[in-house]
Amino acid sequence: MSPIVKLNNVSKSFGSLHVLQGVSFDVAAGSVVAIIGRSGSGKSTALRCINGLEKINSGEITVCNHHLHHDVTRAQLRALHLDVGIVFQSYNLFPHLTVGQNIMLAPRWVRKQSKSEAHEHAAEVLRKVGLAEKFDAYPEQLSGGQQQRVAIARSLAMEPKLMLFDEVTSALDPELTGEVLKVMESLARDGMTMVLVTHEMAFAKGVADKIVFMHQGRVWEEGGGEMLSAPQTPELRQFVGNGL
Amino acid sequence: MTYTFDFSFLAEYWPQLLKGLVQTAQLSLLSIIFGFLLGTLLAIGRTAQSKLLRRICAIYVEAIRNTPLLVQMFMIYFGLASVGFKLSAEFCAVLAIVINVSSYTCEIMRAGIESVRKGQREASDCLGLTWLQSLFLVVLPPATERVYPALVSQFILIMLATSLVSQISAEELTSTAARIDSMTFRSFEIYTVVALIYIGLAFVFRLGFWALSRLVFPRLRRLGTPL
Amino acid sequence: MLTTFQMQALLTAAVWTAGLSLIAFVLGGAVGLLIAVMRVSANRVLRGIAFTYIQIVQGTPLLVMMMLAFFGLSILGFDLTPFAAASFAMVIYSSAYFGEIWRGGILAVPKTQWEAAECLALHPVQRFWLVIIPQGLRISTPPTVGFMVQIVKNTSLASVIGVAELTYTSKLINNSTFQPFIIFSVVAVLYFCMCYPLAWWSRKLEDKLNVAHR
Repeated sequence: MSPIVKLNNVSKSFGSLHVLQGVSFDVAAGSVVAIIGRSGSGKSTALRCINGLEKINSGEITVCNHHLHHDVTRAQLRALHLDVGIVFQSYNLFPHLTVGQNIMLAPRWVRKQSKSEAHEHAAEVLRKVGLAEKFDAYPEQLSGGQQQRVAIARSLAMEPKLMLFDEVTSALDPELTGEVLKVMESLARDGMTMVLVTHEMAFAKGVADKIVFMHQGRVWEEGGGEMLSAPQTPELRQFVGNGL
Repeated sequence: MTYTFDFSFLAEYWPQLLKGLVQTAQLSLLSIIFGFLLGTLLAIGRTAQSKLLRRICAIYVEAIRNTPLLVQMFMIYFGLASVGFKLSAEFCAVLAIVINVSSYTCEIMRAGIESVRKGQREASDCLGLTWLQSLFLVVLPPATERVYPALVSQFILIMLATSLVSQISAEELTSTAARIDSMTFRSFEIYTVVALIYIGLAFVFRLGFWALSRLVFPRLRRLGTPL
Repeated sequence: MLTTFQMQALLTAAVWTAGLSLIAFVLGGAVGLLIAVMRVSANRVLRGIAFTYIQIVQGTPLLVMMMLAFFGLSILGFDLTPFAAASFAMVIYSSAYFGEIWRGGILAVPKTQWEAAECLALHPVQRFWLVIIPQGLRISTPPTVGFMVQIVKNTSLASVIGVAELTYTSKLINNSTFQPFIIFSVVAVLYFCMCYPLAWWSRKLEDKLNVAHR
């Protein structure tokens, strides 16, 4: 099967800071790829580049047949966002809207769904993340873990072909992390293509089909879950060692 | 102190005062509505990508905010007449006040827009909303809710400032007071009554804006907490 | 264009505008501090009085206050010049707004400051005047300076009771020359020259305060 995401020699710098230096990797359709690495290794930037939130300086990214290079247009980005969902570390729920309204917003205004259609669909994705009863609550009334699950539901409602997760559990207490990871695990089981930047090594090892270890803006090592038990490079060995 | 207060003029002139009150309320509401709309547009310009647009809006705002409303009103009323535009005093009054409120509203709304975190914009982009959609659905509603108290204070100030239009002989409460004064010479009593009417109107406006906030901000209505 | 004589008249008028602003700031500030302290005092009666005072002043147009000061003070037997009446109205007006601004500043001082002062065994009055008030005033410096812009602009209302400040003088000149755009533009520029530096300063102070609090 051809890859749904393909990064080819991607470079990105913020001023004189070279965050990505020739990054390449693929994501096969239906697979789960976990990007791991120290903070500052460029892993979050790589993910944001896939969604066009950061413009790349050189190289090429192909995502669901959309081609991103350094001069991508606004229209191209919009088309991309119809296919790709993203969940942020800080949830970014809209505080003035209820949970249901948060989820229905894009389907109604972008997909032009009718109110009843969007409502039904929103209730369905909310059930999927286990929060059916929170439809009319406001974000501030929910715990961090619940807010993050709503954020996942909001992305799901757009029926993306690919979901990106940017350190979605980093802002959560350990006991709340579990409920979010469980939702992600069930998504993976349903066959959703997912790319996640994460600190949860156990989760990466258990769920990911492929792990990409990034270091100093480069892909340092990549492979299956077994890679974490038998690191090839001293950097990964140190990283995994510290992680425990 | 040998002065005796005499409020007997009220018996004869209260219908005029009532009419003045209604005119002041109309003038205020008209100015507030158009001032808010123009000010919000300016705030969007003030936070836009284009540097030129930002600059133009900033100059407009600074020029208006650093000169007195009374002078602005004279410039519009006497100035436009001198070049041949014969406009009613009421129209010039509303025009001057709208221009004035818009610059204050702009600064307040700008603060509100800037208080909406970047992630909100990113999230709505990633959901596929257009620039305009995310502005009106995601950015402006919470921005307005957050700065609403400051807006209300500004609107009350504007209601009080409509008294200035008496200086270009437009009809409202203060000019009515001046007219009654010229007929009865009960200056202190009249202006005391008018001050009380304004205080009452300010109270009613506050109440009205409070009710409006519950109407247009459903989150506030349900939770009652600041955003 | 304007004659030298007219220009001179405007500059003299600008001095009156500045003088009236200064009086409003200094005396209004003094009364305003009293109002602010009453407003946060533990005594309910004092709090109530200050609250009512602010509500009344902030609910009355300055124009009407000018009239009341002008006519009211003479009823009380003071034979006052228009300038004195305008000063009186401006002081009342600015004191209420200063009181409200500074109350906000005082309340913005963190609770922990009160506790820290208490733990240093400071007397309640000392806590208030040595620890809380200085911080509260510093927090409210930007809006205080910002309000000075309002004071300068609002002295233009003294023109309605015949104080020969900028706006009044410009109206007189306009009555004889009838070149409203020119004369009012010049006056606007004069006001701008007084107000903009204050507005700019207020913004600088705000930026500085924001950095300090981050």
